[in-house]
Amino acid sequence: MRACAVGASVIVLIMAGLAAAADSRLAPTVKIEKPGQCVEPVAEMRRDHMNMILHQRDATVHRGIRTSRHSLKNCIDCHANPKTNSVLGKDGFCESCHAYAAVRMDCFECHSPSPRVAASAHKPVAPARIGGKAP
Amino acid sequence: MSFERRDFLGLGVAALAGAAITPGLRLIELAQARSPEEAASTLKRWGLLIDTTRCTDCEVCVTACHTENGVTGNGRPATDAQWIRKVNLTDKRTGHAQTLPLMCQHCEHPPCVDVCPTGASFKRADGIVLVDKHTCIGCRYCVLACPYGARSFIHEAVSGQQPDVPRGKGTVESCTLCVHRIDRDEQPACVEACTADGGKAMVFGDLNEGAGELSRRLREEASSQLRAQLALNTGVRYQGL
Repeated sequence: MRACAVGASVIVLIMAGLAAAADSRLAPTVKIEKPGQCVEPVAEMRRDHMNMILHQRDATVHRGIRTSRHSLKNCIDCHANPKTNSVLGKDGFCESCHAYAAVRMDCFECHSPSPRVAASAHKPVAPARIGGKAP
Repeated sequence: MSFERRDFLGLGVAALAGAAITPGLRLIELAQARSPEEAASTLKRWGLLIDTTRCTDCEVCVTACHTENGVTGNGRPATDAQWIRKVNLTDKRTGHAQTLPLMCQHCEHPPCVDVCPTGASFKRADGIVLVDKHTCIGCRYCVLACPYGARSFIHEAVSGQQPDVPRGKGTVESCTLCVHRIDRDEQPACVEACTADGGKAMVFGDLNEGAGELSRRLREEASSQLRAQLALNTGVRYQGL
C-alpha cells in the first residue's frame, strides 16, 4: 500500500514537472511590471479578460457606470511598461501575449495604450481594496 | 451704544448660517453626486445655456474642447473633426455681427438616433447624445441627419488619444458634453474655459433641477433653441440671438 502511494506521488511529481516544462515552453514572455494581485485570480484573467472588458464597455458607454475594477483604463494604468509607457510594443503587456497567440486586438485603434499623464483624477484600484487578501 | 435683544438674535442667526454653509459641508452637491457604480438617470437632463451677448471673439472653448478630448486635425479643414466651432452671424442689412459656439445640441428627439442602422447613435438616460464607436459602422447617415452639422466622420487613423476619450478611424463622433467629466461631477471643458478665460457666456447644469442656475436663468430670462421649428427640444439653449 505504502509503495503504491509513493509510486503515485512520484508519478504526480513527474507529471507536475512535465506540466511546468510544458508551461515554460508554451507560455509567452509576459512581463508583469508591478507584481502583486490582479483584480481577479490570474487564471481567470487569462481566460476571461476579454469578457470582463466587453461587459464593462457597454456598462460604461451606455449607462455611465465607471467602476474601475474591470475597466480597460485600469488594466493600462497598472500594466503599461514604464519604459515605453504603453501596453503595446514587443514587451508590452497586451501585445506580447496577443502576438504570441495570434489574436488581433482592435482596442488600441481607438483607445490610448498609455495611462493618463496626470493621473490625479483617476486612480487605479489598489488590489487590497477589491476583494481577496491584501498583498 | 445700546445692544438690543433683536440685534443680538440677528447676529446669532447670521453666525449659525455662516457655520452651516461652510465649504466643507456642501450638503446639496454631496447628495446629488453620482457614485461610479450608479447608472446615469433620467431624473437628470444635462444642458447648456450660451449667452451670445457675452460671447466674445475668442476661441477658448474650441481650444479647451479639442485639448480635453484629444481632437487633432491633419491640416485638412474640409475633413478634420470639429466637436465645437465658432459661428459668426452678420445681419447684412444692419451690419450687426454676432459670434457663438455651435456643437451637438443634445436633442430630446435626436434625428441622428432615429436614422442610425446599428443603434450606435444613442441618447443616454441623462439626455447626452453619444456614439458607441464599438457598434458604429461609419455609414454617416447621422452626419446627414443632424440639422446642426455637429457630427464629424474620422477619415484617417488617429494616434495620441486621451485615455478618457477613445477616437478612431471609420467612426462618427461629436460633442459628448464631456461625458467623462460629467461622470466625475465636473463641468464640460468648454464651460470651464469660458468661465475662466472667456466671456463667462456659458452655463452648464441640469435642466430638470428647478433650483439650479441653468433652470433659473431659463425661467427668468428669454432664450431660444436653434431651428426650434424642428421641435427637437435641444439641451443647448442660446440667449441674445
